[in-house]
Amino acid sequence: MISLLLATKGRAGPEMQIYLPIAEMSVNIVLVLGLGGVIGLLSGLFGVGGGFLMTPLLIFIGIPPGVAVGTQAVQIVASSVSGVLAHMHRGNVDFRMGAVLTAGGVLGSMLGVLLFSILKQTGHIDLTISLGYVIFLSAVGGFMLMESLPAALGRKRVALASALRGPGQHTWMHGLPLKMRFRRSRLYVSALVPAAIGFLVGVLVALMGVGGGFLIVPAMIYLLGMPTQVVIGTSLLQITFVAAVTGLLQASVNHTVDVVLALLLLVIAVVGAQLGARLAGKIKGERLRLMLAVMVLLVALRLALGLVLTPSDVFSVGESVAP
Amino acid sequence: MIRVFRHAILLLACAAPAKAQDVPLVADLSSHLVAITTGFTGTDVLLFGATDGPGDIAVVVRGPTTDAVVRRKERFGPIWINGTAVTLRDVPSYYRVASSRPLNDFVPQLLLSRFQIGLENIRMTTAGENSSPELGNEFREALVALKLDDGLYDQGLGAINLMSNRLFRTELHFPAHVPTGTYLVEVYLFRHGQVASAEIVPLVISKVGIGADIYDFAHDLAPLYGLMAVLLATAAGWAASAAFRRI
Repeated sequence: MISLLLATKGRAGPEMQIYLPIAEMSVNIVLVLGLGGVIGLLSGLFGVGGGFLMTPLLIFIGIPPGVAVGTQAVQIVASSVSGVLAHMHRGNVDFRMGAVLTAGGVLGSMLGVLLFSILKQTGHIDLTISLGYVIFLSAVGGFMLMESLPAALGRKRVALASALRGPGQHTWMHGLPLKMRFRRSRLYVSALVPAAIGFLVGVLVALMGVGGGFLIVPAMIYLLGMPTQVVIGTSLLQITFVAAVTGLLQASVNHTVDVVLALLLLVIAVVGAQLGARLAGKIKGERLRLMLAVMVLLVALRLALGLVLTPSDVFSVGESVAP
Repeated sequence: MIRVFRHAILLLACAAPAKAQDVPLVADLSSHLVAITTGFTGTDVLLFGATDGPGDIAVVVRGPTTDAVVRRKERFGPIWINGTAVTLRDVPSYYRVASSRPLNDFVPQLLLSRFQIGLENIRMTTAGENSSPELGNEFREALVALKLDDGLYDQGLGAINLMSNRLFRTELHFPAHVPTGTYLVEVYLFRHGQVASAEIVPLVISKVGIGADIYDFAHDLAPLYGLMAVLLATAAGWAASAAFRRI
């Protein structure tokens, strides 16, 4: 798929191009719409945010990494709003927990945007984004592969959840101060733990343009011990707010939100996600999940090669930031 | 709109009436404004002119100058990271030279450096702590090579056609990602190793239409732009879920 993307780059006629005002470049409109549609379909099919695939693919087609990440933050708002609304209708959102997560997330996002700005000035932002993706995509892809391989081969899945989570278990977490009662989640824990999880996700959204669902959902289930049915809705609530704040900060501080690119992507991605969600019920999931895992690992490999192989040109040029 | 007016005034000021019979050289462009619109994929501008007799023509197009940081990737363990960086000042964002013959055949080196004609004669100064002359030269050459690859610099020797030693024309290409600003097109007429005549024609490259408005909005009112983008995304997400719930 990636090689296919690279092959289509720059081949279509000039009438298929659209000028992105913030990225300051022309892109093939069909390529961008195709990318958005496919990622949207995948995200609907598997219930994943899709940001972790979209950002590297945007970088592959030549969008500056900074613009890809900043625009993706806005994109995440659009895709998670519809999700959080659906979960609110079913009462599956713990607002108190969501508020604590968001508070941590906003702080994390501020730090992330600041880091982003510093790294941009010192010329290390592209490396940081690529390196971050190599680590996270390898972890996510590897985990999905381990999870889906036995199932795809017809074996029983390992009951990871029950192994890790024991009800009423007392750990180091319960010794922390600032305890809060979360009724909807039936928890009485220190607010510091969800705030710290939110903080980490905030940094990730700002630096990498991912929603962080793959991090926050397991953390809420296994670390906090939240009931599974409120986890998705609550995490979506947090992601919506944190991504909104990140988008605002990226636009204000780094000028890296391209609204034309965001609109192109979100319109098609939202449609793709809805179709994907419909398809999800009809398609055998395990083999597809395996394919997604392989795809994620391939993207990670492609990014890793870019870091390790001798570059074709060791020089690069950037605008000077000093006035 | 204001931008367009400002440019119009500038153009009027520069296009002082030239009497063709008095001057040995006249030159003009097919267009004095390159508008970057939403569908912009690069453009060609025709430069044309006439001389009052035989001679050689050299044309230099310069974009607005900026400072540029050139970075060199260095191996750090298994990966390549940006290491040494050199800041170069007075870097033309766009530079194109075209001539009727190879420059050294009809212009002495002294004049080439004085008028900064030719890629190797662009004067850039190094700034910052890493400014040893050898390093500066190496990075300067790297910058020129990168800009050549990028299509923002070009050297077309022999790209100008002279017809019956009087009329000349050449196409100037501006790629899709051409930087905006006021460009200067310098036309030189050389005779016997001397500048017989020269003319400077301004060219404005500007974003117009919705793309320009978005760019200005994003940079002048950044927080408001961010808020709009987020609200737009929220509305789109909400509208999509509402629309699909009904189907």
